[in-house]
Amino acid sequence: MRIKRYRVFDIGHDRNYFVGGEGKTNNEMILNKVAEKCYIPANKVILNLLKKHPEFRVSYSLSGVFLDQLREYAPHVLKSFQDLVATGQVELLSETYYHSLSFLYSKEEFRTQVRAHQKLIEELFGVTPTVFRNTELIYNNDIAREAEHLGFSAILAEGADHILGWRSPNFVYSPPETKHIRLLLKNYRLSDDIAFRFGSRDWKDYPLTSEKFANWISSHNGSGQTINLFMDYETFGEHQWEDTGIFHFLEALPAEVLKNRDNNFLTPSEVAERYSPVGELDVEHFMSWADIERDLSAWRSNDMQNEALRAVYDLERAVLASGNEEIAKDWRRLLTSDHFYYMCTKWFADGDVHKYFNPYETPYDAFISFMNVLKDMKLRLEDSERGQAHTVPIKKVYSVI
Amino acid sequence: MKVLMFGWEFPPYNSGGLGVACLGLTRALSELGLDITFVLPKRVPIESSHCKLCFADSYGAISLRKVDTCLTPYITSDQYGKMKGRVPGMYGETLFDEVLRYSLLARDIARDTDFDIIHAHDWLSFLAGVEAKKVSGKPLVVHVHATEFDRVGNGPVNQFVYDIEREGLGEADKIIAVSHFTKNILVEKYGVPAEKIEVVHNGIDERDFVAETSVPEFVSRLKKTGKKIVLFVGRITLQKGPDYFVKVAKKVTEYLKDVYFVVSGSGDMEGRMIEDVARAGLSEKFVFTGFLRGSELDSIYHSADLYIMPSVSEPFGIAPLEAVMQGAPALISRQSGVSEVLTHSLKADFWDIDDMANKAIAVLEHPALQKTLSKHSRKQAKDISWNEAAQKCILLYNEL
Repeated sequence: MRIKRYRVFDIGHDRNYFVGGEGKTNNEMILNKVAEKCYIPANKVILNLLKKHPEFRVSYSLSGVFLDQLREYAPHVLKSFQDLVATGQVELLSETYYHSLSFLYSKEEFRTQVRAHQKLIEELFGVTPTVFRNTELIYNNDIAREAEHLGFSAILAEGADHILGWRSPNFVYSPPETKHIRLLLKNYRLSDDIAFRFGSRDWKDYPLTSEKFANWISSHNGSGQTINLFMDYETFGEHQWEDTGIFHFLEALPAEVLKNRDNNFLTPSEVAERYSPVGELDVEHFMSWADIERDLSAWRSNDMQNEALRAVYDLERAVLASGNEEIAKDWRRLLTSDHFYYMCTKWFADGDVHKYFNPYETPYDAFISFMNVLKDMKLRLEDSERGQAHTVPIKKVYSVI
Repeated sequence: MKVLMFGWEFPPYNSGGLGVACLGLTRALSELGLDITFVLPKRVPIESSHCKLCFADSYGAISLRKVDTCLTPYITSDQYGKMKGRVPGMYGETLFDEVLRYSLLARDIARDTDFDIIHAHDWLSFLAGVEAKKVSGKPLVVHVHATEFDRVGNGPVNQFVYDIEREGLGEADKIIAVSHFTKNILVEKYGVPAEKIEVVHNGIDERDFVAETSVPEFVSRLKKTGKKIVLFVGRITLQKGPDYFVKVAKKVTEYLKDVYFVVSGSGDMEGRMIEDVARAGLSEKFVFTGFLRGSELDSIYHSADLYIMPSVSEPFGIAPLEAVMQGAPALISRQSGVSEVLTHSLKADFWDIDDMANKAIAVLEHPALQKTLSKHSRKQAKDISWNEAAQKCILLYNEL
């Protein structure tokens, strides 16, 4: 979800922050493009695989912002996700509705968004998620405790080296000071072999075949409980284009994995149910799956990001007090972590992944549009307050009579 | 390796970026071990420790009446005629004569000097380079810092200048363009094959900047009362877009009250700019400092909250690098070479007043934006070095 170029002159005149942007900031166009390249063909492949292999399992973490856009711009794609879930072999995970960093800024808002997302999933898919993954796999002990408090049976996190040390990501762990919640860690090496390196010709293991990958997985047998592969769905067809052979790889993978009778497929909740934790994993500081740092620096490492985050969460009280659903919806769309990612100056000049994902010419442009939109939000809040102030006295007068 | 370079100006006797670029490049080349003879058309009282300076007008081989010239690399032939008319005691030389004279002198210099490569900077010295090549048979590199199209904007191109540029570009064995922006002009408007052109971006030398600068009194008073300073630096000519700067200023003041605009430079559009400012009702908000150099210029950069370069056509544009080295964030025209290397800057099309004003207002309103830009652009500018430019030149010399 991207804010269109929003200039100071638009403040007070234009409330469609997310509609009608030019180029890469046009959400409808981007969604349709990615749907054509990824969601539609990938869902088709997955559906066939689920039918062909009843033991095959897949999980999706679909944010509310994503599902809202599907409802609006591509209902047929939403339908194809519903078809997948209807097989009973697909698990949907819980996350914050707006893919937000709310846990870091407002527990109240965090809970509201988790509940709202849960409700949306129930409405659209008729299932209730029991496993939680936080935005961008941002995680620490506190989040695990909060997730347990909210009733989840497991939570996902990055299997970051600096946390694991000598330990393996291929076991189930438990977070400190929790009773039953399980911690599942992403195996980032194997995940990134597909997500980042699949089509890379200068990679020593290029080309990656499903047979080779299945062998890598099998080689862990006897020294692990589970291998959690977790990646952007856009890996299939968007980050790795169709001509890399990524769809053929996906089509052939389950059969290759299942050739070894010691292998099977499980959803996260099935893993949590089946395996007992091998130990406690203490994660005091926040970590995430972003960049080599695996920390929060992709969203808050410069003054602009911190300022924008502070400013938008400062509006929380006023937004809630306004009781104005439309304003609240727009405000929450501004909480999506991507807005702050686009303001990241780390590596910007090197033209790496940050630049690839950034629809703005510079991180500075992302900040400017965001802050202008916030100003418009403030005007709307003022208007709305005035509106209320106007109606309240009338009611009072009425009651006196 | 010995290089015979033909230029037109050299700091501190320079009117703009060409001289600065020649100094930066020659210094870096000599640090990499090259032996450079830098030829100027007329004697000026300067010395250089890193390269041998040679003044064509005092060259002994042919006797020549010394002629003072009011040539700068930035005027067109028509303007030259006008200027000459105003300067008393002048002979009837035309621009053509002066350029030709320089080229004739270049022959003698080339005969008497030992060198491997000829390197000529911009059109005024192109013919000198071509003549030197004719007498020596050594390869010629022409370095394009600006083209006639940059100088005249949308106005008519001077055929005389264009012809000399074409001749230099045609005779050259290799061409250096200061940006892809300029390379495109050479390909599209001069019909030069793209493969003959190498892009070598200008650099900047950290050593040229003093760490501590004193802020001018009038600026420090403004700042003490919470006023913001927006800066324009450069020749006040069509090419630099001073009219767009005034339009942006007008828009900005509609949104922000406490902003002042400082204009440092001089040029043929200065009068018109002052009139524009008055018509816009902004006279109280504008300060014209005249042409500044050295520590005075540094201190102005240092005190600015934002530097804007609204150039209509800027082959490179060193000023934004100078500004960011002093910590002033830069808002620069996309129609510039420097925007290719200074990615940590705000960019806008020069004609898009709304876009420029929007970005300027954001910088002035959000200290977080100003700080982040300032920090990253300063860091980036330090890496845009003359050393790198010099290394590219050497690679290119070696190919010849």
